[in-house]
Amino acid sequence: MAEMSFRGALRLTLQEELQADENVILMGEDIGAYGGSYSVTKGLFDEFGPERVMDTPISESVVVGAGIGAAMGGLRPIVELMTINFSLLALDQIVNNAAKLSYMSAGQIHVPMVIRMASGAGSQLSSQHSQSLEGWYAHIPGIKVVVPYTPRDARGLLKTAFNEQNPVIFIEHTALYARKGEVPDEDYAIPFGQAEVMREGADVTLIGYSGSVYQTLGAADILEEAGREADVINLRTLRPLDVDTIVASVRKTHRAVVIEDDWKFGGFAGEIAAIIMEEAFDDLDGPVARVCGADVPMPYAKALEQSALPNPQQIADAALALF
Amino acid sequence: MTQLIDKPPAKELPNEQLIELLRKMMLIRRFETKAAEMYAKQKIAGFLHLYNGEEAVAVGAISALNDDDQLLTHYRDHGHALARGVEPGRIMAELFGKETGVSGGRGGSMHLFDTEKSFMGGYAIVCGHLPLACGLALANQRLKNGRIVICFFGDGAVNEGEFHESLNLAAVWKLPVIFMCENNFYGMGTDIRRVSAVIEIYKRAAAYAMPSKQVDGMNVLEMYGETLKAAERVRAGEGPSFLEAICFRYRGHSMADPEAYRDRGQTERWRELDPIITFRKTLTEDGVIDEGAFQTLEAEVEDIVNEAVRFAEESPVPQLEELYTHVYKEDS
Ligand SMILES: Cc1ncc(C[n+]2csc(CCOP(=O)(O)OP(=O)(O)O)c2C)c(N)n1
Ligand SMILES: [Mg+2]
Repeated sequence: MAEMSFRGALRLTLQEELQADENVILMGEDIGAYGGSYSVTKGLFDEFGPERVMDTPISESVVVGAGIGAAMGGLRPIVELMTINFSLLALDQIVNNAAKLSYMSAGQIHVPMVIRMASGAGSQLSSQHSQSLEGWYAHIPGIKVVVPYTPRDARGLLKTAFNEQNPVIFIEHTALYARKGEVPDEDYAIPFGQAEVMREGADVTLIGYSGSVYQTLGAADILEEAGREADVINLRTLRPLDVDTIVASVRKTHRAVVIEDDWKFGGFAGEIAAIIMEEAFDDLDGPVARVCGADVPMPYAKALEQSALPNPQQIADAALALF
Repeated sequence: MTQLIDKPPAKELPNEQLIELLRKMMLIRRFETKAAEMYAKQKIAGFLHLYNGEEAVAVGAISALNDDDQLLTHYRDHGHALARGVEPGRIMAELFGKETGVSGGRGGSMHLFDTEKSFMGGYAIVCGHLPLACGLALANQRLKNGRIVICFFGDGAVNEGEFHESLNLAAVWKLPVIFMCENNFYGMGTDIRRVSAVIEIYKRAAAYAMPSKQVDGMNVLEMYGETLKAAERVRAGEGPSFLEAICFRYRGHSMADPEAYRDRGQTERWRELDPIITFRKTLTEDGVIDEGAFQTLEAEVEDIVNEAVRFAEESPVPQLEELYTHVYKEDS
């Protein structure tokens, strides 16, 4: 086991894949000479050169579309979109092309590509740089949506993404980049659709993904002090979703709280709540609770921003209200 | 590296290749007219966009390329597919929504795919396929396989942001792609002059430092010759080229269009330039074909199209159990 940052785990994996396969290319804005806005690709430009680590114009749509075309043509492109906020300019390519080509062509075309993007709030960047739109992508059949939490997740899930024959949206919460964790020394991959139970407890199920798992683990500490033990589930992928792990936990605890940074209205937490209702209604001792981001464009001022995001106390309170 | 063995300049085309150009245009015309009939009989549903009048663009351009050069086009895609040699029966079956269709009944008229023919698809988001053309070209460039890409789109596409993003990227990365704009002066019912600040579309490409030219899209030999020149340059690694083919669609935008926005006289004037009639006349004057040979061609395409309809009619509809197949490629 080695101690590694989330960013370092991603970089190591990208580096290995670039070494292993000539047809792997990285494309994105400022990923090369500049080193990547979040330094994930730092050093790769020097090691692999501008034809493998390609700086692109600020043209999200054609960058993603060219990634799709390159994948159709036999390359293995990894596109970095800086942040999920800018991915909106490439939504047409992601939703209308990447997600549809296999189906519309009756399996003649496949799009083996990974689209990486940073997500999340917490750095006082205001409304246009702080969104968590993971749920939007999870809504679309034809793509897979990956939301790692630990450095071990980052490496193991990115490995799996590289071996996928389908387009993968790989979402990295900015608060996680510098966090460190244990990463196995041996070669490993984490299959999609396998959530991780980060902590076990018999009283309540707390379900989070990406950055929000951190607040959720904090809530479990508070609950422990209050005499309640929580199962904490890190989903790791939203599509495919590990319904079995969620349902098994709820059957045991009879209570569930879903946590996400994204807005509550029409969001992914609602989807999980609905699935629990459909699959485990009779096991529930109360309604599924949701703790989500406030329904506002993200404000700049620190106190306002913090109050718009789920915090451990809020999550713990929502859980305790179920008893 | 694929060679241009049998792609002589337009002036040196042997007789059988000249006749093949005519035959392909006739096949498209007959196929489209039959598709309209089948739509009226409700054998075909959804949107149906016909290519009548524009045959010379696809036939001339595609005949100038190698069979493994990738081709992408928009939703008005039957002509390009036929020009590329996609099986007419499997195209008609796709229009009929049959299992045997080129896209297994998933795509319909707007989404024909035949990757074995390097026909990389018809796309129905205006301009959404130009970025893909760049990516395919990038793959060719990296793989050094000698293939180039041709991407067809309408005059309506040039006001989308993706048009500008794609031309710029293709130019800075010197991608082996030909952008082929079919300027038929209308995007649905909107006259180009009402929505485009610069109506000479080729001039826009000049802003992205690539060779660009207006060509007569009613003249199959000119289409062939100019595409061949562009292809040679693109294949040599000199970067993208842009052609604006001036043409006209005879029918409404789709079958749902009563054409209230333009007068019939305009279409009649364009019909005087009809690419099939004019090319037939040229070939007759040059002694390449006579009346008998033309009649034989007509009978031949009639048979092919009738056979396509028969095949489509007799094919099975897709299995309902297959609804979820191909959403993802399953792990192998
Ligand atoms: C992004 C997008 N906007 C609008 C439409 C609806 N639409 C379909 S075809 C069309 C006109 C396109 O005209 P043009 O590109 O000139 O091609 P043509 O039909 O003349 O061959 C429009 C507006 C669409 N399919 N995609
Ligand atoms: Mg048009």
